[in-house]
Amino acid sequence: MEGMIMAHESDLNLKATELRLGLPGTDECEEMVSAAKNNKRASPESVEECGSKGTCAAKSSEHETAPAPKAQIVGWPPVRSYRKNNLQPKKTESESGIYVKVSMDGAPYLRKIDLKVYNGYPELLKALETMFKLTIGEYSEREGYKGSEYAPAYEDKDGDLMLVGDVPWDMFMSSCKRLRIMKGSEARGLGGAL
Amino acid sequence: MAYSFPEEVLEHVFSFLTSDKDRNAVCLVCKSWYEIERWCRRRIFVGNCYAVSPEIVIRRFPEVRAVEIKGKPHFADFNLVPEGWGAYVYPWVAAMSAAYPLLEEIKLKRMVVTDESLELISKSFKNFKVLVLSSCEGFTTDGLASIAANCRNLRELDLRESEVEDLSGHWLSHFPDNYTSLVSLNISCLGSEVSFSALERLVARSPNLRTLRLNRAVPLEKLPNLLRRAPQLVELGTGAYSAEIRSDTYSNLAEAFSACKQLKGLSGFWDVVPSYLPAMLHVCSGITSLNLSYATIQSPDLVQLVTQCRNLQRLWVLDYIEDSGLEALAASCKDLQELRVFPSDPFGAVPNVSLTEQGLVSVSEGCPKLQSVLYFCRQMSNAALVAIARNRPKLIRFRLCILEPRVPDYLTLEPLDTGFGAIVENCKELRRLSLSGLLTDRVFKYIGTHAKKLEMLSIAFAGDSDLGLHHVLSGCESLRKLEIRDCPFGDKALLANAAKLETMRSLWMSSCSVSYGACKLLGQKLPRLNVEVIDERGPPDSRPESCPVERLYVYRTVSGRRVDMPGFVWTMDEDASLRFS
Repeated sequence: MEGMIMAHESDLNLKATELRLGLPGTDECEEMVSAAKNNKRASPESVEECGSKGTCAAKSSEHETAPAPKAQIVGWPPVRSYRKNNLQPKKTESESGIYVKVSMDGAPYLRKIDLKVYNGYPELLKALETMFKLTIGEYSEREGYKGSEYAPAYEDKDGDLMLVGDVPWDMFMSSCKRLRIMKGSEARGLGGAL
Repeated sequence: MAYSFPEEVLEHVFSFLTSDKDRNAVCLVCKSWYEIERWCRRRIFVGNCYAVSPEIVIRRFPEVRAVEIKGKPHFADFNLVPEGWGAYVYPWVAAMSAAYPLLEEIKLKRMVVTDESLELISKSFKNFKVLVLSSCEGFTTDGLASIAANCRNLRELDLRESEVEDLSGHWLSHFPDNYTSLVSLNISCLGSEVSFSALERLVARSPNLRTLRLNRAVPLEKLPNLLRRAPQLVELGTGAYSAEIRSDTYSNLAEAFSACKQLKGLSGFWDVVPSYLPAMLHVCSGITSLNLSYATIQSPDLVQLVTQCRNLQRLWVLDYIEDSGLEALAASCKDLQELRVFPSDPFGAVPNVSLTEQGLVSVSEGCPKLQSVLYFCRQMSNAALVAIARNRPKLIRFRLCILEPRVPDYLTLEPLDTGFGAIVENCKELRRLSLSGLLTDRVFKYIGTHAKKLEMLSIAFAGDSDLGLHHVLSGCESLRKLEIRDCPFGDKALLANAAKLETMRSLWMSSCSVSYGACKLLGQKLPRLNVEVIDERGPPDSRPESCPVERLYVYRTVSGRRVDMPGFVWTMDEDASLRFS
């Protein structure tokens, strides 16, 4: 403990001679601090840089198990903030919904729903039932939606027609490109293992 | 001899001289040539807005049609110049609005431009044609609306990398319905949406449109609408290059691209969805300039795209291209002249991509026309630098940024002095150089000895002593701009080479060891220089004279001290000692 406190408050020379409890990973940051200080005047005037490096030194001695965090130097590396900001993905994308078309055999026009609104299959199926005024019934792995008048199917990324409910909800959300409500009789071929 | 030609003939002869250097030389021949030339100079370039005043420019050159002015020092790009430092364009616009009613072009870089200035521009110059605002700030979309509304003859509106406050996307609608002269539009820096229908109508009524750079907010699905109305485009900047994967969107896009037979330059490409890249396939063979520096795509999509562009001359790309991609580039693109590789993760502690010095070496081997390099990487060796120097002796610009400061040759653990030494020794035409990695005074000795054509040098975290700076100032004959940060350079070299500073445009030194006393001395001795101390800690004389200043900016000027300095900038001149006491 004492070693770490000394690392906090001492300057370059003491660090070189003291016994520290820090793990090997903490050395890099300290070296950077000392190397920087060689180029710096004695007075702690360079607020930003000394400050950040000081923090770095403190952090590295406190979090022994974590690798030394990089001390961020103002304006280095010389990448314009315009460029740095533009590398981030646009926030709105993660907030926008996943809209897919829903068609029903025999219906005059299609609908669109936002998959993100639902927490799982039961909610989705309920919503489809309400939207198209029909019953879909219960899903079983073995027999699909056997006995229902309608069965929900979807087109995945590869363009294949799949039965709704076989894969985990999250996987479904990311692979579903459009939904199709098929007549029960047609759908029987999709149920169970093909 | 003096009565050889009538004025009109000389004027006509001078009109063929386009470079400022030549025109300045003409002025020195004799008084009558000076007089004739100043009346017929049409283009002015002011490299430092504080080096001369608008009044002096106007007095000497009364018939100017095009003005280009640069403001803040280059390191302002990296937040080293505090907010409010200066570089206001308003005084220039105000003076020119009275003196140059026929002004057609204004190009500004790193200047503060207000809506007021833009409005004044739009109302003062009836024949205004070109407005380029590069890395500027201080204005909003309201200012753009004035330009759109009032500049009936506008050809070019280019906002490259400026910071614009987005108040509304409707500024674009201010272009009148009968306005049809647009040739170039660059709005890539705008954060929010512009009215797409207004944009579409504008493009539709601009038969001379050659350059269109959209902003990120323009969706990919809508791009074909614009391309179809502008198949004559030569340069295109897309918006976000992503959309739901749908065959109709894809085919629309592919069809629209294939109709653009003149495309030479591409940029934009935010948020790329790789599936849509092949839609551009047909235009690739004509592409000479490709800016993928915002495209977060990786191999193989990235490499496939780049190598399709066999006639590429300029490539800006993220380090996702990796060594393997650069090797493929070197094999496919034999006309490559300029390469810039930007870091995808500049602050990451560990490398996220496999990009090393090898990539650059491959390109230097395979691309015989390579002359301009900007390369961010994490490791470098002297051997690699020597190889690059030997491969490409015709390099003009070489900017290397090793992400971690003071990193040695990773193979030998030695400083990179020898490597950079080889660069300056072999590349005799080198005009611009940026250094990085572990460097001692020795590299500066090499630079001072060999880099005779060097005009701009950027140094960071390098050197051991004043000797380093002395080598540069005493040896680099063509030096115009020197920018230094975090180096142990102090008073001695600066004072010993004070006269050199009058031959340069500017010197920037921050976080070095130049004392306040030396700054005062410099300012007193050289009245034709402005020696400015930028220090946010308060007045420099509240500290001992030996105390180093935070930042120093020295530049030659014919208009004396600035009159618009903020509270954290002090000029060192003859009166300095009087003023502070």
